[in-house]
Amino acid sequence: MRYTPDMPAEGNPAGYDGAFGSVLLDPERATPEGLTGPRGKSANKRFNVYRNNVTHSLVTALTEIFPTVAQILGEDNFRMIARDFVRAHPPRSRLVFEYGQDFARFLAGCAPISHLKYLPDVARLERAWLDAYHATDHAPLAADDLSALPPEALATAVFTPHPAAKFISSAYAIHTIFTAHREGPMPERINAGVAQAVLVTRPALTVQVRKIDHGQFLFIEALSRGAPLQQAAGLSLAAVPEFDLQAAIALTIESGAFAGCRSSSDIDEKD
Amino acid sequence: MSTKTALTAAYIAGTVAAALSAGTLATTTAAQAQEKEKCYGVSMAGKNDCAAGPGTTCAGTSKVDYQGNAWTYVDSGTCTTMELPGDRMGSLEPLDRDLPS
Repeated sequence: MRYTPDMPAEGNPAGYDGAFGSVLLDPERATPEGLTGPRGKSANKRFNVYRNNVTHSLVTALTEIFPTVAQILGEDNFRMIARDFVRAHPPRSRLVFEYGQDFARFLAGCAPISHLKYLPDVARLERAWLDAYHATDHAPLAADDLSALPPEALATAVFTPHPAAKFISSAYAIHTIFTAHREGPMPERINAGVAQAVLVTRPALTVQVRKIDHGQFLFIEALSRGAPLQQAAGLSLAAVPEFDLQAAIALTIESGAFAGCRSSSDIDEKD
Repeated sequence: MSTKTALTAAYIAGTVAAALSAGTLATTTAAQAQEKEKCYGVSMAGKNDCAAGPGTTCAGTSKVDYQGNAWTYVDSGTCTTMELPGDRMGSLEPLDRDLPS
């Protein structure tokens, strides 16, 4: 195939995107003008094969990014939904592994599967897994970093989130569903109606997905927002009276959810 | 323990000290150090392969969308094993609407 679009004088690639990119995923649109086969023949069939390969590879990428959602729906069903998603939300990044950030929201608006209420949150968790996988490498906060702070500075200590750390709170059993599909074994029945929160981290090279309780979720969320330790503890304790602060602090270190900490009362002091 | 006790700065400092002295943390750190020895360059989901296999025009040019009758393929997924309280089980059913004209 040869493509000779009417390029603007300065060769602005926007002209290419406009004529070619916009019709690539939409089978209702005609083959772009200026696209010809060998010896100037029509390129309709060839363009459709190309269209198919582009669509197919993006749909396949989605099945690999959201393998649990694909299993839950069955691959054929998933592929149909994924193809509609591809058309409604073409990739914005040239990196395929970043694709599908809007997929959870798309699933939530998908009428035929609206009864699978847990599905969008499962998709969110799968996307978080891949984000964690590709996040910037950074050494997680070590116990020594925390003990290096003077005891009187601990209450006001603030934490820097680790680049790979993600946390999701759901009204559904997303951790149970996720682990059953990724690591197995698959239970005969899963009660999807149990609220679960999940912490995703990648302290070194392996992504870790752990179930955390509601108090721990609030604690990690507050610290990630920059709330000082004492304030984060207070928030969690107010919402969850049985909140175990010691276990939560151990979790923040063990999980690798944070990259560093410092005293917020005397910022001038070196880290 | 009352909320008031829990929120003093001294309590926070004491709890941090207790958390840090618990045995689990040392072993975690060692395990993480070992894990770093694995090699980089792992290829994962979303790799840019060329999808040369499906050289047809089916998926890319079909105008039938997911709302159509292709839901007759259903029940292959595991949604049928998951229950929501007060809800039917997640079995998908073919729909009679939005068929391509």
